[in-house]
Amino acid sequence: MIRVENLRKDFNELQVLRGIDEHIGKGEVVVVIGPSGSGKSTFLRCLNRLEEVTDGHIYVDGEEITSPNVNVNHIRQKMGMVFQHFNLFPHLTILGNITLAPVLTKKLDKTAAETEARRLLKMVGLEEKAEAYPAQLSGGQKQRVAIARALAMEPEIMLFDEPTSALDPEMVGEVLEVMKQLARSGMTMVIVTHEMGFAREVASRVLFMDQGVIMESGTPEQIFTSPQNERTKLFLSKVL
Amino acid sequence: MAGFGAWWAKFQADFIQCFIEQDRYKLLLGGIQVTIKVALLATILGILIGFLIALCNLSQNRLLRFIGGVYTDVIRGTPSVTQLMIIYFVVFASISWDKWIIGAIAFGINSGGYVAEIFRAGILSIDKGQTEAGRSLGLTSSQTMTRIVLPQALKNIFPTLCNEFIVLIKETAIMGYVGLVDIQKAGDYIKSATFKAWMPLFAVAIIYYVLIKILNLGLKKIESSLRKSDIR
Repeated sequence: MIRVENLRKDFNELQVLRGIDEHIGKGEVVVVIGPSGSGKSTFLRCLNRLEEVTDGHIYVDGEEITSPNVNVNHIRQKMGMVFQHFNLFPHLTILGNITLAPVLTKKLDKTAAETEARRLLKMVGLEEKAEAYPAQLSGGQKQRVAIARALAMEPEIMLFDEPTSALDPEMVGEVLEVMKQLARSGMTMVIVTHEMGFAREVASRVLFMDQGVIMESGTPEQIFTSPQNERTKLFLSKVL
Repeated sequence: MAGFGAWWAKFQADFIQCFIEQDRYKLLLGGIQVTIKVALLATILGILIGFLIALCNLSQNRLLRFIGGVYTDVIRGTPSVTQLMIIYFVVFASISWDKWIIGAIAFGINSGGYVAEIFRAGILSIDKGQTEAGRSLGLTSSQTMTRIVLPQALKNIFPTLCNEFIVLIKETAIMGYVGLVDIQKAGDYIKSATFKAWMPLFAVAIIYYVLIKILNLGLKKIESSLRKSDIR
């Protein structure tokens, strides 16, 4: 579903991604772990071209999204993204947040979009917050709304960039619960996270990144119980 | 008491001479109309020009950035009276539009230079994550700008923008330089015709003050409705 070939990304002098080759299949839940500065987030952000790649190719459903004449908005409609800092639109109600993109990009009529939005809110357990504004929600609630907002575009792939890192500890669980539910429904997911327990439980595959490359890839079982790479071992010994 | 009686009698006589005789109050009423027309059109033009110049200044394109930079630089670096006179007597010299429209264009061009900086600051004040969230949902950059960034930026810059409009209204008091009869010029005419200075000039001051007071009250109302998403 996503094929990455020799992906490189420089920020001026700094080489953040130094050649990544990866294939992510439909329905896979891929969790990316690694120390900070390893390029995990940049990798994720290249997948929907929030970062322009310096070199290399990315194909989604066989279409090259790194080609200069591709319709990047169309690509992004197929890939939902959830951010560390939620990035809800504070001037819109929860319902407004969720319906904005479907109404604008899919020319969905407003009532149909709202019906769908309420269904998604129910799924993330926040149907009673439809009329509220983001400022009235807790962090965990905001992140669940952000997930619903991304899902409203009916994406084929969901990207999560450290979705629980900005949350108070007691709110992490409710967000992970929604993500597990999503994983069970067969959604293709790429998740950058520091939640090792979650990675273990939900991932179909774990990628360990360091210094801009994927050092090791395998099932959670392989990575967490018998890592092969020295750097993976070192990292895991610090975080587990 | 005799002193007050005499003063009051003189006040009444001056008042009648300044405003009632020869229907001089009509000069002021006409002036109010001109001031409001010019300020209103100039405000609208100022917002349009200011927004476009702000987009130029924030653009990736070096030519657009250059144009925006020169515009704000020149507007802010020269007196508005000079700009008004250049636009009125040079640029629009051979164009026979209504005088007040040309005046409003001049003030709009001037205001645009300042409004551009306000818009630029407002747009920059919105977290980059908002744009990223919009783009990641598949919105185009102009949809993201108009539906996500601008509404929030406008809310943030609203008080500063209001201040700019108030400055603009008062700034229009120089339009007498090109022969437009606004509130200030009307007061001036009355002063020259009656040789009374304080009464027409105080009348002019009071009229400006009241106009701006009314505007302020209206803008306060709008601002509080803009703040409705802040409730916690």
